[in-house]
Amino acid sequence: MTARLMQGDEACAEGAIAAGCRFFAGYPITPATEIAEALARRLPQVGGKFIQMEDEIGSIAAVIGAAVGGAKAMTATSGPGFSLMQENIGYAAMAEIPCVVVDVQRLGPSTGRPTSPSQGDVMQARWGTHGDHPIIALSPSSVRETFDLTVQAFNFAERYRTPVIVLMDGVIGHMRERVELPDPTTVERVERPGTTVPPEWYKPFENFSGDVPPLVPFGEGYRYHITGLYHDERGYPTSRLDEIQPWLERIFRKIESSLSDVLLYDHDGVADAETLVIAYGATARAARSAVDMARERGRKVGFLKLKTIWPFAEEVVEHAAARLHRVVVPELNRGQLALEVERVVGRHKVRRINRADGEMIQPAEILATIEEWAR
Amino acid sequence: MKRQQRESRVHERYLRHSKKFPNVWCAGCGIGIVLGAIIRAVDGLQLDKSDVALLSGIGCTGRMPVYVDFNTMHTTHGRALAFATGLKMVRPEMKVIVVMGDGDALAIGGNHFIHAARRNIGLTAIVVNNFTYGMTGGQYSPTTPIGAQAATAPYGHIEQPFPIAELSVAAGAAFVARSTVYHVQELEKTIAQAITKDGFAVVEAVSYCHTTIGRINRWGTASDMMRSLKEQSITLKRAEGMSEEEKRGKIVRGVFVDRDIPEYTRLYARIIEQAQREAA
Repeated sequence: MTARLMQGDEACAEGAIAAGCRFFAGYPITPATEIAEALARRLPQVGGKFIQMEDEIGSIAAVIGAAVGGAKAMTATSGPGFSLMQENIGYAAMAEIPCVVVDVQRLGPSTGRPTSPSQGDVMQARWGTHGDHPIIALSPSSVRETFDLTVQAFNFAERYRTPVIVLMDGVIGHMRERVELPDPTTVERVERPGTTVPPEWYKPFENFSGDVPPLVPFGEGYRYHITGLYHDERGYPTSRLDEIQPWLERIFRKIESSLSDVLLYDHDGVADAETLVIAYGATARAARSAVDMARERGRKVGFLKLKTIWPFAEEVVEHAAARLHRVVVPELNRGQLALEVERVVGRHKVRRINRADGEMIQPAEILATIEEWAR
Repeated sequence: MKRQQRESRVHERYLRHSKKFPNVWCAGCGIGIVLGAIIRAVDGLQLDKSDVALLSGIGCTGRMPVYVDFNTMHTTHGRALAFATGLKMVRPEMKVIVVMGDGDALAIGGNHFIHAARRNIGLTAIVVNNFTYGMTGGQYSPTTPIGAQAATAPYGHIEQPFPIAELSVAAGAAFVARSTVYHVQELEKTIAQAITKDGFAVVEAVSYCHTTIGRINRWGTASDMMRSLKEQSITLKRAEGMSEEEKRGKIVRGVFVDRDIPEYTRLYARIIEQAQREAA
């Protein structure tokens, strides 16, 4: 594909198509609407389906229904809609239904500032639905990365039978950059594996060594039950501890035992760094500039950009920060991922840079913190 | 006798042998009767079980799908129609049946209900109307009659009820009917018609809950309440000649609307054709 000037939201839609997404349900909301608009036009061109539902709760519900029918499915929203989707995101985690939920974050809480960027939904992406559950959340920091991580989100969703959150933000969603997208046929796609067992042996929630039992779509002769209740291997409700425990362990283990696949990050200059900057999403762009400026001034600064936000890259951060004493975490919130960094490296090592007023953190602010602390 | 034999075979073929019985419903509940009617309707239509999906929301009626050997899904409270919309769009050839209680369909799920009807997507929506939230113990629902007591209306209910069938007609459903769990054969026939309908089809199955709101109001035993379904109900044809005053408190049974409106997934198939033609 040739180079194009493209918006982040558009790249998300193209990434979805390239990943094999063939169903989208959504509800208009700034700054995510362009994703729906692009897919309303693009999906039917490739034989996919688009529907604008009556609200965000219906949107995520339709996405789960479509996924059960065998389609790779996605919805996209922003903070207020993301809040409404939480119950059914928990359902997808519980019933192990692969799907992708894009949250183009805007300044909250409540209606907040619809066109202002934010990274205020980091903790909501992790704990927004009630009850303990595993989740994967990815956060892109450029238009091209939005394409790549949207593809990756679908692949993770299918590989681990889980909802995957793509945490964009108003800047990444609305920003236009010159991008060269790969030929969609060359994009790596993870397809649903299907099963080799006959219908009467099929257990959609089997606790076996592979940890991710295949999900056979409805309508293909494998008649089974799906519920949001605690269930046995066949999907029937149960309150037996000997059925609940192995299942509960498995749904966490299926992601925790695959961190080498799931954790995506970039880093440079970490080995001899005296200060480490950890950033993600739009803020990573300012952090990148600040790190480069600091290095020009002779400072030894390492940079760790997290693309996978959840599960949190504990060991990566621990390792990167092990032999240094200064970790800077800039975020467009009042300190959310910083809580995780502090938990892993210790509070005394961390300096937060926070803005939660709708304005971006400038490279100069990050640079000033690096300089001030290094003196 | 012959019918009885057929019945027993039907249950053997449609209920899940791997599922742990007994079911969750109270003795005397009408929900099992609706389930029986669905099974017999599907059997009568000779549908392949693998082509049938049965979805539900939350509540007593929400527990219905687990017992039956279809593609079954017990979704979240009020959202079953939205889940079903996604499934139907990617599997338009499937018969997707959604069972809901009155609270599930019309309170928490009211928005999805009217929009599914407006969209005229080919789903069969069966609302088991027992006028209350049974599973949580008899709180007032969108169909609880004015003046009745409920666990959350200890001084009497002051809200107007939704007439489900009339609401569905106004919202744009292609097929709307009402029957009761007393009129079992009529209910079966109506459900079969709804499943066959190419469009959004609503069947209101009027039932009762003798263990919660029935007990609170001293409406009698299950058999008393079943009898009152028989005594209070009139056919649509008979209701036509009656004044509003005469119809008060009656359950009007029959097919309220059966109209031809283009079905949503068929219209969307045309969108795909158009988009592909224009892109080529």
